[in-house]
Amino acid sequence: MDTKADDEGNLPIVVEFTGGLELLFSNQRKHQIALPSTDENGRSANLAFLVRYLCQSLMTGRRKDMFVTDGTVRPGILVLVNDADWELEGEDQYELKRNDNILFVSTLHGG
Amino acid sequence: MDLPNNPVLRLRAQIASLEGVLADLKTQLIDAEAYYNQSASAKADSSGHLQIQTFSSSPFQPLNHHEKTFESLIDQLDLSQEDNWGRSGKLTLQEHTRYGRQLIMPEIGLRGQLRFKNAAALIVGVGGLGCPAATYLAGAGVGTIGLMDGDTIELSNLHRQILHTQKWLGLSKVDSAVEKLMERNSENHYVAHHCNLDQKRAVETMRKYDLILDCTDRPSTRYLVSDAAVLAGKPVVTASALRTEGQLMVLNNPPKSLDNPGGFCYRCVFPKPPPAESVLSCGEGGILGPVVGVMGVLMAMEALKILSPLHPDHGYQDPTKASCDPIPPSLLLYSAYSNPPFRSIKLRGKRKGCPSCSDTATITEESLKSASSDHAAFCASTSPAPPPNTSRISAKEYSKVREATESPHVLVDVREKVQFDICHLKGSVNIPYSDISRDPEASIDKLDHAISDGNSNTADGVSLYLICRYGNDSQLAANTFKTLPRFQPYAKYDFKGDISGGLRAWTQSVDPDFPEY
Repeated sequence: MDTKADDEGNLPIVVEFTGGLELLFSNQRKHQIALPSTDENGRSANLAFLVRYLCQSLMTGRRKDMFVTDGTVRPGILVLVNDADWELEGEDQYELKRNDNILFVSTLHGG
Repeated sequence: MDLPNNPVLRLRAQIASLEGVLADLKTQLIDAEAYYNQSASAKADSSGHLQIQTFSSSPFQPLNHHEKTFESLIDQLDLSQEDNWGRSGKLTLQEHTRYGRQLIMPEIGLRGQLRFKNAAALIVGVGGLGCPAATYLAGAGVGTIGLMDGDTIELSNLHRQILHTQKWLGLSKVDSAVEKLMERNSENHYVAHHCNLDQKRAVETMRKYDLILDCTDRPSTRYLVSDAAVLAGKPVVTASALRTEGQLMVLNNPPKSLDNPGGFCYRCVFPKPPPAESVLSCGEGGILGPVVGVMGVLMAMEALKILSPLHPDHGYQDPTKASCDPIPPSLLLYSAYSNPPFRSIKLRGKRKGCPSCSDTATITEESLKSASSDHAAFCASTSPAPPPNTSRISAKEYSKVREATESPHVLVDVREKVQFDICHLKGSVNIPYSDISRDPEASIDKLDHAISDGNSNTADGVSLYLICRYGNDSQLAANTFKTLPRFQPYAKYDFKGDISGGLRAWTQSVDPDFPEY
């Protein structure tokens, strides 16, 4: 698979939100985004950078604390890289690849 | 021959069929009479420490001519031992008919049916998940079904809690469920626990069962079910639902034991509880009946798979055997409006140093009993509560403001638009709190616009009131507004207060005809 960035240095990826997190992102579950392929320090874009980028560029809700606390995704949210727990992929150090699917799942409690 | 169109043939067939049922019932009656004569003294219930009632038809003895065959089969299947209620598993004539459709399936067969009959499942929470789960387990012939819930039935439960009906409003969910399940299948034994799961008794209650279904509705009980089940050595099927989505996991499967590290638990997936303010109940967030229903039905299927694992002949091993690889850890997601609606995601599984299920676990039966691990506190809000809005008025006081013709004012309803559209107080303006929190200035612009559009009174210093459903969001909105220049003294708006208790208080103390939803 082609893992390189496009001509403008962006990585096309799909970001999805479920379990109510979509309410923070224009009430839209699925977003096709072009993520800068390098972070603020010129390093390859990883999940930690993606989370910062989402807070700055995609989030429409004001309750950032419903998504991020203490610099990382808050407790009760699972992060899935291509349908696998990010803890299997190196957590926030995972380097994003072209066409990756990143899913943020907020746990539900109703019954 | 076309039976339905020939009344003579149809009636003959009906009579023949009913005579068969009658003959079967007569045989059972003889058995039942014999059973009651033998044990005339009442059966002592060993589980009387809880507020428990048990419901069951008499455990019918199988017909003599079948006994030998069954005995040898049961020995072979190692199903001869008694369960917690002192019964052993054999099928009656009627059970062959009742379970015939699942009995002929290779995944179940006689072996599976006997396992169901001898199994005991505890359903914690008899609501949107528990009702469908219990219905299918009862239908399938799970011999003992424990039902635990301290709640009573409310009108707003009925769209999804399918065992409960209108005539049971205000009565116990557990009693309602037992009655309906008895109607479906009186062969099973139902154990009523009229209480919520209590951390002091959770482990010993679970020990009596083979499997736990977590059908609860809040994080603290979800952690407690998982922790107690790990200690009791029982697998857990856990699911949850909100709005249009559901989630399902199978925990502690195989169960942790001396010679098996066991499957992952709830704490392995969610080591830290979510912030309390991020947790929405079905009452706050909403829930579609079929969404939670689907999850409950899926729970029942996972439960049946655990109670009767496929036989090695089917290329599948009993996961309770230590030699078997654990089932790959996964979480099933259902999202009714997404495409595809179902998705299974791969989880990391057991967490090293997990306080509940690892070798170095710190949560013990003693710590649960002594309340040194307090689940409610563990899941309580870690962030400080918002500063209270000091300018609040009661619904009654506000009703006087409305009655006084010389007090023109603006009432802002901060509920979401979908709720505002259901019902609102006449003349109120809708600006959802979600908009206010996202962009307070823009929402005030919207207010300016709404007022100048619909009302000639645009003079400065117009009185402003806020209202919402229960009086929480209106308070948050008030706190947001107060920080804006346009809300400073002598500015455009004169903020008078928000209505404490919201529209619910309005219904309760002013206008009983205003809908409560």
